[in-house]
Amino acid sequence: MSATDTPKRSMRTPLGRVRNLGAAHSGTSDFWRQRLTAVAMTLLMIPVLVIIMMLLGRNQAGAAQILGSLPIAVIMLLFIIASAWHMKIGMQEVINDYVHNEKLKLVSMMLNNFFSIAVALASIYAILKLSSGV
Amino acid sequence: MALSILHRATGIALYVGTLLLAWWLIAAASGPAAYANVQAFTGSIIGRLIVFGYTWALMHHMLSGIRHFVWDLGFGFKANEREALTWGALIGGIVLTVLIWIIAYAIGGGR
Repeated sequence: MSATDTPKRSMRTPLGRVRNLGAAHSGTSDFWRQRLTAVAMTLLMIPVLVIIMMLLGRNQAGAAQILGSLPIAVIMLLFIIASAWHMKIGMQEVINDYVHNEKLKLVSMMLNNFFSIAVALASIYAILKLSSGV
Repeated sequence: MALSILHRATGIALYVGTLLLAWWLIAAASGPAAYANVQAFTGSIIGRLIVFGYTWALMHHMLSGIRHFVWDLGFGFKANEREALTWGALIGGIVLTVLIWIIAYAIGGGR
């Protein structure tokens, strides 16, 4: 629930509403998601490394066949989603710590979101294309 | 030890490096010519150095992250435990990287 969901007649003071929400204005949700995606990627690390080992030295036809198989595509998709989310939050934290000019911060935050989403969607699209064999 | 900055630095390197991973996946989905371009790059000396560096950044960031996770759970705050976790992440990252590349050369070289 964000601060804006609070009813107008709330007895909470404006300070009380924003307290503990931190520099990202989103409370602990990013903290939690950062850990969630980190644990997910750690668990997926061995399967992903095995997949990469399977692909080494193969040509495009071989690589496409392996990446397009269902269990491998699912592992790759999970890893892509977790990593994009994780890196978006991580870079956001770096920006919050080092960029103090509000306008520059706004632009950096936007670029961070654009980059993370673009990389994720491009990778997801590639996996789905390989899976559907188009 | 001031290793937390290395966690950030490797994180930022991995962030930029996802471009390489996206390029590789898109190339695999595009066709033989595009995939050959990626292989030409990853097969070159500079390409190999970048991928080797990427492997290390990933392994170090993962182990260093586990270290932070242990702290998040409220363990490992004694001086000797902190040192052990930090050195474990530092040495473990290098060991895992070398190990992965030995296996990669053994498998990839055999094909």
